[in-house]
Amino acid sequence: MKDVIIIGAGAVGAFIARSLSRYEVDALIIEKEYDVGDVTSMANSAIAHSGYDPVPGTKKAIFNVKGNRMMDQVCDELDVSFDKCGTLTIALYDEQLPMLEALKKRADENGVPSEILTKEQVIAIEPNISKEVKGALLCPTGGNINPFTLTAHAVENALDNGLNITFGEEVVAIEKIDGGFKVTTNKNTYETKVVINAAGLHSDDIARMIEPIDWSVKARKGEYYVLNHFGKGFVKHVLFPLPSEKGKGILVTQTTSGNYLVGPSSEWVDDKEDFSTDTLTLADVRRQATDMVPNIPFYEQIRVYAGLRATPSTHDFIIEPSKSYKDFINVAGIESPGLVSSPAIGEYVVEELVKAVLPLKEKASWNPRIKPYIKVADLSFDEKNELIKKNPHYGKIVCGCEKVTLGEIEDAMSRSLPVNSIKALKKRTRAGFGKCQGGFCQPNVLNLIAKNKGISPLEVKYDGEGSEIVILEVKKEAK
Amino acid sequence: MRELICICCPRGCRLTVDDDLNVTGNFCPRGVAYGKSEVTNPTRVVTSTVRIEGSDLAMCPVKTSEPIKKGNIFKCMEEINKIHLVAPVHIGDVIIHNVCGEEGIDVIATRNMEKL
Amino acid sequence: MREVELAIIGGGSAGLSAAVSAYDAGVRDIVILEKGPFLGGILNQCIHNGFGLTEFKEELTGPEFAARFIAQAKERNIEYHLNSAVSSLTKDKVLSYMNPEEGAVQIKAKAVVMAAGCYERSAGAIAIPGDRPAGILTAGQAQKFLNEQGYMVGKRVFILGSGDIGLIMARRMTLEGAKVLGVAELCAWSNGLNRNMVQCLYDYDIPLYLSHTVSRCEGKGRLERVIISEVDERKQPIPGTEKVFDCDTLVLSIGLLPNNDLLNNLGIPQGRSRGSEVNEKFETSIPGIFSAGNVLHVHDLVDNVVEEARVAGKAAAEYILGTSEEVENDITVVPGNMIGYVVPAKVSSKGDDKVSVKFRVREPSKNVYIVYELNGKQIKKVFKPVIIPSEMEIQALPKSLFNGESGTLTVSLIKKEEVK
Repeated sequence: MKDVIIIGAGAVGAFIARSLSRYEVDALIIEKEYDVGDVTSMANSAIAHSGYDPVPGTKKAIFNVKGNRMMDQVCDELDVSFDKCGTLTIALYDEQLPMLEALKKRADENGVPSEILTKEQVIAIEPNISKEVKGALLCPTGGNINPFTLTAHAVENALDNGLNITFGEEVVAIEKIDGGFKVTTNKNTYETKVVINAAGLHSDDIARMIEPIDWSVKARKGEYYVLNHFGKGFVKHVLFPLPSEKGKGILVTQTTSGNYLVGPSSEWVDDKEDFSTDTLTLADVRRQATDMVPNIPFYEQIRVYAGLRATPSTHDFIIEPSKSYKDFINVAGIESPGLVSSPAIGEYVVEELVKAVLPLKEKASWNPRIKPYIKVADLSFDEKNELIKKNPHYGKIVCGCEKVTLGEIEDAMSRSLPVNSIKALKKRTRAGFGKCQGGFCQPNVLNLIAKNKGISPLEVKYDGEGSEIVILEVKKEAK
Repeated sequence: MRELICICCPRGCRLTVDDDLNVTGNFCPRGVAYGKSEVTNPTRVVTSTVRIEGSDLAMCPVKTSEPIKKGNIFKCMEEINKIHLVAPVHIGDVIIHNVCGEEGIDVIATRNMEKL
Repeated sequence: MREVELAIIGGGSAGLSAAVSAYDAGVRDIVILEKGPFLGGILNQCIHNGFGLTEFKEELTGPEFAARFIAQAKERNIEYHLNSAVSSLTKDKVLSYMNPEEGAVQIKAKAVVMAAGCYERSAGAIAIPGDRPAGILTAGQAQKFLNEQGYMVGKRVFILGSGDIGLIMARRMTLEGAKVLGVAELCAWSNGLNRNMVQCLYDYDIPLYLSHTVSRCEGKGRLERVIISEVDERKQPIPGTEKVFDCDTLVLSIGLLPNNDLLNNLGIPQGRSRGSEVNEKFETSIPGIFSAGNVLHVHDLVDNVVEEARVAGKAAAEYILGTSEEVENDITVVPGNMIGYVVPAKVSSKGDDKVSVKFRVREPSKNVYIVYELNGKQIKKVFKPVIIPSEMEIQALPKSLFNGESGTLTVSLIKKEEVK
C-alpha cells in the first residue's frame, strides 16, 4: 500500500508533491495528461499576484499573500523566471477612483504593500497607456512568472527527491478500503493510505467518487492573444483595468519570456474539455485591451489560446479533508490566484492536513534545488564558449526564434521528469514557442524526441492521446 | 470542346478549344499553342523523392528529365516509389531510364546527396 | 575580435547571390553565416520545378537552382559557416553567432548584407477559431516532413490559403497518396500563380473555394474536421454558408513574413512589406547594412531574389571598397492607391541611371494604369491589361524623369476610365 496518491500534476499537485518529498513517503502522482501542468496551470495569465485583491480572511487571500512571499525563494530553488515588475490596477474612468481607495484598503488589510498613483505618475511610468487614465494602484510585489517551468520544476524536484509520477492515467473509481483507499485508473489499480485530490477542473468529479458533495467546480473560459517579443518595455508592469460597465479584467503584460499577453475573456462553459477560441470573444478582448493600451501592435500576434479556470461554487479555494474521511483531502477550486498560491497551498496541505493523518519522517537528504537549466542565450560570450567547448551541442541552435540549442533540449530530455510530447518540450525549453510557432524547428524537434525515446517519429505526439504529427511513412516498399 | 486557363502569363486567359482545335478566348498567340497542346497531348514534369541511404536525409529529390504524358503521372510515381538509392548521388544521375516506357525520358536526381 | 569586410546573414539564394556579386566586384574577405545545416536555404525542400526561367533560361527544381549558386560560391572559395545562426547584430556591425565547432564567435564587419529570408504565418497569427489540435500546420512544415524526411502529415487534407506553397503541397500530397479535399481562399481571387492553379489543383480536380475561410477547427488530439464559411466583403464568415470537411490535416498557406528581427532590433524603420526600409542600393538607414531577398519583401520568383541580392552585394562591395558615391536619398517612395507596398523606400534624384521600383497591388485589376507621381506631378504612366497581387511588379524608372527634383514619389493604381 502506498502512503499517498496525488491526483493531478497541475501547479497545486506539483507543490503538494514537492512539499511531500521532504519526507520518507511512498507517494505517486497520477496525471491523466501526458505532461505536468498541461491544463489550467498552462493556459492562464502567468501572473504572480501580490494579494491585494482577495477578500481579507478568505483562503484566497491567505494563500495568495503567503505564496507571493515564498515565491522569490521557490523560484531561486527551482530555477523559474519571476519578474517582480509590479502590477498596476488602472482606473480609466472618474467613477472608478473610489474603487482604487477600496482596493488600497483591502491591500492594507491583506498586508500587501501598495500605493495609489496619480494620472501623471501612471503616464510617467507607462508611456503607452491610454491618456484617459485617471489613476492606478501600484502593487510592487506582483509580477510575471513562468507557469510552465514553475509546475514542471516543482514536479522535477519532487521526483529527484524520490516521488513517482505516471502519465496518461485517468482515475475512474475510488473506493474506501481498510486503512486507506483503492484507486482505480484506466490502466491500473493502486492502494494508498492517503488520497490528495488536486484534479483541477475535475476535482469535484473525483471528490464525488467517495461521497456526495455540496460544492462543484465549473469551467470558466479565458481567451488570450500572445504577441511576439518585439521589444522590451512596451508595458512595464502587469496592467489590469478596474472592472467597469465596458468590461472586466483584460490584462496586458510582458511575460517572463518577453512576449506580450493580452486577455483573458471570461465565459462559463459546460464542457471541461472545451479549449476552443472564437472570433467574437477575441475581438472583444482586443477592444477592451485597447481601451487601456491603445497602440498594442496586434500585427505581432503569434498565437491565441484559451484556458479554463477551475471556479468553485463556494467562491473560495476548497482545501480541506473530505467530510467522511480525514485521509481523503480535497484541494479544489483553485482558480486565480492559484498559480502564486500553489507553494503555500502545497506546504499547508502537507504540514497541516497530511501530517494529521500520516506520520511523516523528514528525509536526511532532501534537496530543495533542481539542477539549474542552462539558457545559452542568457550567457556571456565567454560562458558560451566554455560551455560549447565542453559540449558542442550547446552551440547548435534548434529553435531560431527562441534561440534554443540542441544541448538545452537534450538536457531537458535527460531529467527525472520525462518529456513525453512536443508540447512538453516546448514548455520546458521554449523550442517552438516563437514567431514561427515551430514552422522551422518542429520537424527537427520531432526527430530528437523520437531518438531520445527510441520510438518511431510516427509515435511522437504533439500533446495528448491521438495527437501524432506525422502519420504515414511514404515509399516504405523501397526501404 | 474544352475550357482551359492559359498558363503562359499571369493574365490567365480562359481558353475554349473546340473539337477541330480552334482556340478562342486567347489574348495572344501563345494561348493558341498552349490550348492545342493541352488538348492533344498534355504533358507534365513530375517531381518527387526517392528513398536514399547513407546521406544526411532520408529522401533524395528527383524529377522527370522532360515532361511526361499527363496520363502517366501516377504510373511514374509507382516506379519512383520502388527505388532505393545509396549515397552519394549527384544532380543529373539517372535513377530510372525511359520512365513509363517514354523513350528518352529519365527520372534524374535533383540534389547532390553526399555520403556521410 | 575577428574583422571581415563583408558578413552575409543567410546562405540561401539571396545570401549566396550577394556573396558572389560582392566577390565579383572585388571583395575577397566575405563570410556567409547560415543557420541551417546546408547552403541553399529553403530552396532545398522546394523540390518542384519552375525556378530559374530568367536566371538560367531553363526550368529547374529548387535544389538544382540552389546547387548552381552553391557552386558559384564554392568556385570563388567564399567562406561559409553552417549551423551558425546570428543571434545579434549591433549598429557597429558586430555580429554574434555560434556553432558547435567554433563556439561563440563575434566578428566585426565593414558591411553586412541581411539575407535571412522569411517565415510562414502560423495558425496562431490569424487566430483560426475552434480547437488547436495536432494536424494544423504550415505548408512549409508539411513540405519539410515529406520531402526531406519521408513522412506524410495527413491522409485527408484541407488547405487554407491559395499561396503557391499551399498549391504545390496539394499536388505533392496527392501524388503521395493523400486525399486533398479542397482549398479555401479568403480573397475573391487566387493568391497563387496561374500555372500552379492549373497544374496543382485542376489537374487533380481539387476544388478551390474563393471568398471562403476556415471558420472552425474541431478535434481533440488530432484534427477531425474543419468548417469553412463564405466571407462577406469585410472578410467575416457569413452564417448559414458553412461546409464541413472531415479531415485529419489543415495545411496553411496564408502568407510569408520577413524574418527581420535582427534589423528591427536596431530600430531600422520597417516598410509596409514588414522588411526594413532601404534605398535603391538596398542599404538601410544604417550605412553599410544592406537587406535583400525575402527578408526585405516576399518575392514570388527566386530569379528576382537573386537579382535583387546581386545589386545589394555589389553595393556592399562598393561601400567596402570606398567606390560608392555619396548620394543623398532625397526622394521618399510611398505606396498610393491600391498599392500594398513599394521597395525601395528612398531613392536619389541624382544620377543618369535607372531605378528599379518593385511593388505589389492589393487586388487583381484589369485595364489599369500604374501612375508614378513626384510631388503630385505625374512623371510616368504604364498601362497594365492585367495586374494581380500574387505577382510582384518591377518597373524601371529612368532618373531623368525626376528632373533633379527631391520630394515624394507615389506609386498608384488608377482605373483606365478614371484617367483623364
